[in-house]
Amino acid sequence: MTLTPFNLMLMAVLGLLGVGFYGLLVTRNLIKVIVALQILVKGGMLALVLGGQAGGQATLGQSLAVTVIVADTMVAVVGLALAIQIRRRFGTLDLSALSTLRG
Amino acid sequence: MANLIVSMLLVVVAVICAARAIAAERILSSAIFLAAVSALTAVLLYMQGAYQVAAIELSVGAGLVTVLLVYAISVTGDEIQEAGSIVPRTLAGILAGVMVLGLVGLSLPLLVKGGVIVAAPLSGALWGQRVLDVWIQMVLIFAGVLGMLGLLTEGKPEMLQSRSRVVRAPSAGTLTGSAAAREEVRR
Repeated sequence: MTLTPFNLMLMAVLGLLGVGFYGLLVTRNLIKVIVALQILVKGGMLALVLGGQAGGQATLGQSLAVTVIVADTMVAVVGLALAIQIRRRFGTLDLSALSTLRG
Repeated sequence: MANLIVSMLLVVVAVICAARAIAAERILSSAIFLAAVSALTAVLLYMQGAYQVAAIELSVGAGLVTVLLVYAISVTGDEIQEAGSIVPRTLAGILAGVMVLGLVGLSLPLLVKGGVIVAAPLSGALWGQRVLDVWIQMVLIFAGVLGMLGLLTEGKPEMLQSRSRVVRAPSAGTLTGSAAAREEVRR
């Protein structure tokens, strides 16, 4: 295996996906969950661009990556707004505390 | 060769910043590290020949999302994360490692074969072949804006209810709508 820029990008994809997945599993703060999700999606977006280039359809991968960026931003917007409302209503952003709330 | 070294540096720094974003105690630090990851990802995309995607990622990922995160942190407060996690860290590390190993197995043919970086114009594909994607993105953007406006509105449910029902004032007749709301505020 030779070390090329393409292979380095693949390693970046793997690193970002791994770190984002780990973050999603261990994080208890609602805003940090969104941060972990963003990291995960950045890895996926890089993978789409790389996959498009590897498959000979670079523009297809890039257009899908743009769609992913827009959708991910909307997820972040709605998620942050929900986090603000949850903080106002319950006074905490801790997921373990929220899961034990009633009503 | 210089290109390879720069790529390696960018990849290493991006993954370290991502790890620091997860490990940081303060949420604001996480947001700043996430912005750094976005900027580095944009540079990597640019080096891949995806110029338009890099520009969008830099403006949206490193700009808009960071501003939104900082705004949300300013509203909710920069809490320091308590120790402990829902899933034990060891188990989470093992699961993440297994996932990465699985992905390495899937992408091994590409790693061995290597790929060719192609600079392709995006506009033709986006407006010619993927018009539906563009329309879906527009709908998503409007839905996101409307959702944010609806969620950030500081409405009080009891006030909204009082506007729509008829209440009887202690001294005179009946009050409806905005008059009832004013009466409630005055009390």
